[in-house]
Amino acid sequence: MLPPATFHILLALAEEDRHGYAIIQDVALRTGGELKLSAGTLYRSIQRMLEQGLIVETRDRPAPEDDDERRRYYRITPLGTTTAKAEARRLSQLMKMARAAGFAPGRA
Amino acid sequence: MRIYKLLMRFYPASFRNEYGEEMRALFVRRRRDATGPLSAALLWFQTIAEVLGNAALVHLDILRQDLAYTARLLRRTPGFAVTAVLIVALGIGATTAAFSVTDFVLIRPLPFPDADRLVKIWETTPGYARMELSAPNYRDWKAAATSFESMGTYHSEAVTIMNAGEPRRFLGSSVSADLLPTLGVTPIIGRLFNGDDDREGAPGTMILSYRLWQTEFGGDPTVIGRNLVAQVDFDDTPYTVIGVMPREFHFPKSDVLFWITTRFGEGAYQAQERTNNWLEAVGRIRRGTTLSQARAEMDVIAAQSRQQYPKENKDTGATLVELGTEVSERSRLLLLALSGAAACVLLIACANLANLLLARALARRRELAVRTAIGAGRERLVRQLMTESLLLASVGGALGIAVAVASVPLLARLVPATLPIAASPSVDVRVLLFAVALTALTGIAFGLAPVLRAGASPDLDGLREGSRTGGGQKERLRSALVVAEIVASVVLLVTAGLLIRALLAIQAIDPGFKPDGVLTMRTELPMPEYRAVVTREAFYSRVLQEVRALPGVTSAGYVSFLPISSFRGGIFPVSVKGDAEAANDIRTANNVAALRYVTPGYFDTMAIPLKRGRDIGEADNRDRQFVAVVSESFVKRYWPNEDPIGHHFAFAFADREVVGVAGDVRFRGLERQSEPQVYLSSKQVADGAITFYAPKSLAIRTTVPPARLASTVRAVIRRTDPKLPITEVQTLSEMVDLETASRSVQVRVLSAFALIAFVLAGIGIHGLLSFAVSQRTQEIGVRMALGAQSSDILGMVLRRCLLLALAGVIPGMALAYAAGRSMEALLAGVKPADAPTILAAVGLSALMTVVGSVTPTLRALRVDPITALRAE
Repeated sequence: MLPPATFHILLALAEEDRHGYAIIQDVALRTGGELKLSAGTLYRSIQRMLEQGLIVETRDRPAPEDDDERRRYYRITPLGTTTAKAEARRLSQLMKMARAAGFAPGRA
Repeated sequence: MRIYKLLMRFYPASFRNEYGEEMRALFVRRRRDATGPLSAALLWFQTIAEVLGNAALVHLDILRQDLAYTARLLRRTPGFAVTAVLIVALGIGATTAAFSVTDFVLIRPLPFPDADRLVKIWETTPGYARMELSAPNYRDWKAAATSFESMGTYHSEAVTIMNAGEPRRFLGSSVSADLLPTLGVTPIIGRLFNGDDDREGAPGTMILSYRLWQTEFGGDPTVIGRNLVAQVDFDDTPYTVIGVMPREFHFPKSDVLFWITTRFGEGAYQAQERTNNWLEAVGRIRRGTTLSQARAEMDVIAAQSRQQYPKENKDTGATLVELGTEVSERSRLLLLALSGAAACVLLIACANLANLLLARALARRRELAVRTAIGAGRERLVRQLMTESLLLASVGGALGIAVAVASVPLLARLVPATLPIAASPSVDVRVLLFAVALTALTGIAFGLAPVLRAGASPDLDGLREGSRTGGGQKERLRSALVVAEIVASVVLLVTAGLLIRALLAIQAIDPGFKPDGVLTMRTELPMPEYRAVVTREAFYSRVLQEVRALPGVTSAGYVSFLPISSFRGGIFPVSVKGDAEAANDIRTANNVAALRYVTPGYFDTMAIPLKRGRDIGEADNRDRQFVAVVSESFVKRYWPNEDPIGHHFAFAFADREVVGVAGDVRFRGLERQSEPQVYLSSKQVADGAITFYAPKSLAIRTTVPPARLASTVRAVIRRTDPKLPITEVQTLSEMVDLETASRSVQVRVLSAFALIAFVLAGIGIHGLLSFAVSQRTQEIGVRMALGAQSSDILGMVLRRCLLLALAGVIPGMALAYAAGRSMEALLAGVKPADAPTILAAVGLSALMTVVGSVTPTLRALRVDPITALRAE
């Protein structure tokens, strides 16, 4: 099971490379402001994910007008994608079981 | 912003360097969004909580990583890991065990509330620095002293209790009613003694120790109120059990099993009682009064006593000794020596490990350089190395604690029996905390050297192909560590050697009798049944006759107290001029002698040589002139250069004629000078007089192993009087061995420490030289290729080895001499500069150096110049 913060970061990086602040914003937007990652949690997660090879720091910079020299950009790796997919499968299976037990709306 | 920067300090430096900038930027943005003082405060609150939590987690992440890395690394080099762990375990185990005993005996306060206010009160007389109190002096002093909250007295007492039809003898203490309250203790069940319980005529009351309660009464809580018939002072007396003391309470010694009251009558305070010193006293100093104030007051009171009773209290003073410091100087020194030795072992262990890790750090230079090159900060490397040494230290420390727990009971003999504490120390929280602190310190101590190296220069030279490792500076550090090991091991070798010599010297002391092949036991003769001399003599002659008839028995005899037994006193004043007045004056120094009543055959049995005259004979009864056999020192004291036979002297309330002279006996113990001895005939005493000295110790010399006779002799005594308790059945040699038991344990412990130190230092030398040789293989190869002979190479290695040995042995000897001087009191006359010991230590150190350097030397000699150069 992935820590929730890790999964959210993977989701945030699914479409494009992002820097730290962008990840926080994306997660907040996606969860309707419910999950606001703190700086510590974000970078601790990033450090672990870098070590585990789920993400890499990228040297490709985005379009110059968006770029900020000081910022570090992160990209999801193939391992990161596989891991996120596996986690999604696990979650949907869990969801199926929850439905069967009548804990969640939808077809039983 | 500055506060946020400060907060960032909680993160590890590597993390801070990597992400600090961005996190700060994020915070700035947040701070900008938070408008108004309330939301700003909320933001700070959240941030602080978040930083603290996450910083801890990041530290944990790194620790987990480092531990995993270390574990992988150690699995790859199991030899190194096992060696390191064992070395730590030895060091910590030895030190923890030594500490637990030292703490138990010397450091920890006695287990009484406000124990620092408890003092022992003693009389002082010219011959004795600490003498028990007489009852009248105690009563006067107690009434006069204002420095004390309370005072109480005690003296040892043994009782015989008939339990399940068999008489059993137990050692206890007879106390005044105020003694236990003075100590500040309370019973777990029942009550303490009342003020009336220690008056003459009061009914007998007894408080049980936890141990006696458990062993004899099965821990039955209804034991309170139970009536016992016990023999105390040779009388059958009824006692009622009134209380049970807690398990931790031991007073005055660890083997005391019960407390009864001394029932003082007016007789105890008569004038002649003023020189009868038999009470030990403890006082509790009033809160706010200092020990020196109390001492000053006691001096004044003692001076008043001297004025009041100039004859009885001649030269008598009072002295106060803190109860907790009643440890003999010998025990104290012994424990300090033990702790010092343990510290040496730990030091050597640390030096050895530091060396091992340094060598490893050099070998791992390339790995560390690679890690630096791919971006690991210095802080991360230091952290990694520290994690390694602390992990090794923790595993070794855990093992060491196990070693200590297992070995502490073996050290129980080092606890003096005379203290009011349990007989054996236990490993408790204090000791565990000490061990944990020690482990951490050890880990840091031996881990520091390689860390400093790694921290100082993340040298990229390490990356260069074929770079030679081990420069001059590191070599010097490693050599210094090995020299320190040699120094410490020499100190240990010499001190252990000195103590072995001392033990041998003491074991060689002639006790004055021959302990081999003698069985001894004690049969207390109950009064009033055995009040009359005829009754006693009938018992002695029947038992001795039957025992002498047993196969293998060559002789047997009875005596009041055997030498070196549990009772070593029994001193009476002597007057050679027939002056009865002087014969009662125990206060004059040097006019005392030990009193022993004996039956014929005692000297033969003990093999105490009769130098002149004759033994006490069967005919020496009450109708004849009272006779005495005196010791040689007695003759030397009173009639030097004279034939003592036929001389008279007054002793133990009667005139005595010397009929024989016996060899001196060390009745007070092997290491103590004993007073002159006087032996009297067991028949020549009035009925009911001095019954405490009535012979009760039986000695039997046999040609068969003495222990095999024990049951037969028991049967003989049972047949003669089935009501007698038979105690202290042991061989005389066991009794004498017990004298040196604590010393033997100490010597064994110190020798073990010295051996460990010796082996560790040997390993240290071996490690250093092997490493030096392996580092210099190429150099040696070049030299050989250029025509150097094997002898040159040999010289090169051996010179190194000799230098190390000299650098260690010379300061080691100086330190060892200093250590020997400080423990001279333990050495029983062996000089700290004892030549055989020093020669042996030097020899052993030389041997250690040679053995340690054999394989490295051989390896150096076997260097093949071609291979060595090809590697270049």
